[in-house]
Amino acid sequence: MADVDVRMTVNGLPREARVEPRLTLADFLRDRCHLTGTHLGCEHGVCGACTVLLDGAAVRACLVFAVQADGAEVTTIEGLGPADGGLSAVQRAFRDCHGLQCGFCTPGFVVSVTAFLRDNPDPTDEEIRHGLAGNLCRCTGYQGILAAARQAAGSGAE
Amino acid sequence: MKPAPFDYHRPETATEAVGLLAELGDEAKVLAGGQSLIPMLALRLTAFGHLVDVGRVDGLRGIERRNGGLWIGAGTTAATVERSADVAAALPLLARATPFVGHFQIRNRGTVGGSLAHADPAAEYPAVALALDADLEALSPRGTRCIPAGAFFTGLWGTALEPDELLTGVTFPAWSGRCGFAVEEVARRHGDFAIAGAAVAVELGGDDAVRRCGIGLIGLGSTPVRAGRAEAAATGATVGDVDADEVGRLAVADLDAVPSDLHGSAAYRTRVGAVTVARAWSAAVEEARGG
Repeated sequence: MADVDVRMTVNGLPREARVEPRLTLADFLRDRCHLTGTHLGCEHGVCGACTVLLDGAAVRACLVFAVQADGAEVTTIEGLGPADGGLSAVQRAFRDCHGLQCGFCTPGFVVSVTAFLRDNPDPTDEEIRHGLAGNLCRCTGYQGILAAARQAAGSGAE
Repeated sequence: MKPAPFDYHRPETATEAVGLLAELGDEAKVLAGGQSLIPMLALRLTAFGHLVDVGRVDGLRGIERRNGGLWIGAGTTAATVERSADVAAALPLLARATPFVGHFQIRNRGTVGGSLAHADPAAEYPAVALALDADLEALSPRGTRCIPAGAFFTGLWGTALEPDELLTGVTFPAWSGRCGFAVEEVARRHGDFAIAGAAVAVELGGDDAVRRCGIGLIGLGSTPVRAGRAEAAATGATVGDVDADEVGRLAVADLDAVPSDLHGSAAYRTRVGAVTVARAWSAAVEEARGG
């Protein structure tokens, strides 16, 4: 089974590697780029912990092979905040509203909420709930997450 | 890495893609958005020696007005369909079904053609294709052929596509006149596969008679199914005389392969299915009468 060269831009930096085609984008980010903020829960598209931005669109990185992302721009949780290492508005809102407990699902939620609010800056609570539905929190801390999304929307979050 | 190893091919044209499919035979599988295929590979429910990634094939994406309907390229994502003003105007049933397709992260990758070719009985697009009598267009080294939706779905995850055929597009007829459309689903969580659901299209004549109707069932068989008996009973009748609950009852009366799993027994799904058909029927009729 032939390996394939892939190149992509991850959080603004060029990355390239020779990979097995079956390597997922999530494993590429974690194992090849050492960006372990992208978490893997179910690894088959149910939990949303591995959500990243692929050319700006929120996707499950476990349901994309790295070879499919060849040439793409990827933004992970590590790339959402400002360059000085501070927090993005969505990240701040999660902290302020206790939108996390164990924190495992948090990167996926933050990336999903970031994309959701970019496309839908003034959502109703019902719309936020639908926007959050693709991510699972096994601590079931959903009320804090909902409050965080609401606060980030109110702050005109990026 | 969870999937079994495979060789990866990324053709740039549809002709090149079907050439690869013909050459590689049963060992090859088309990879589009991957939102159904990759989970199946990850769970090792299936394995292929070769994946042919059509994600960058020219001409497989887009939405165009054709022959009184809309042609949608097989590689068009559900997210694109969701944002399309043309789909909202010409194909309300497709537009209303789309928010039920997975979660928005899935819709960003998953494609119309991928959903149809995967032919999951619980998916929305096959039900819409059946209800509207869509035409599916398949390319092979022998040329292009058109497959009516009614002849496309042949069994669990099975379609009329030959191993060397690529689904390139689908044309959904736009229904005009006094029409109404509705999709109803019951799922444990928004975006999950439906326990049961229905997509209903209705057209009324000036005399309030049902001129035509299409009822696609979601999650109620081993293959996407159409409620032919309920459609036949309603067609031609004065719409005020058609009892929505009876339409629902007839729609599920002949089902013989309703799935049963931890989310619901076959009996439960059948009852929920009848209710969703009745609700969708009522909503579609209300819209048609108002229009």
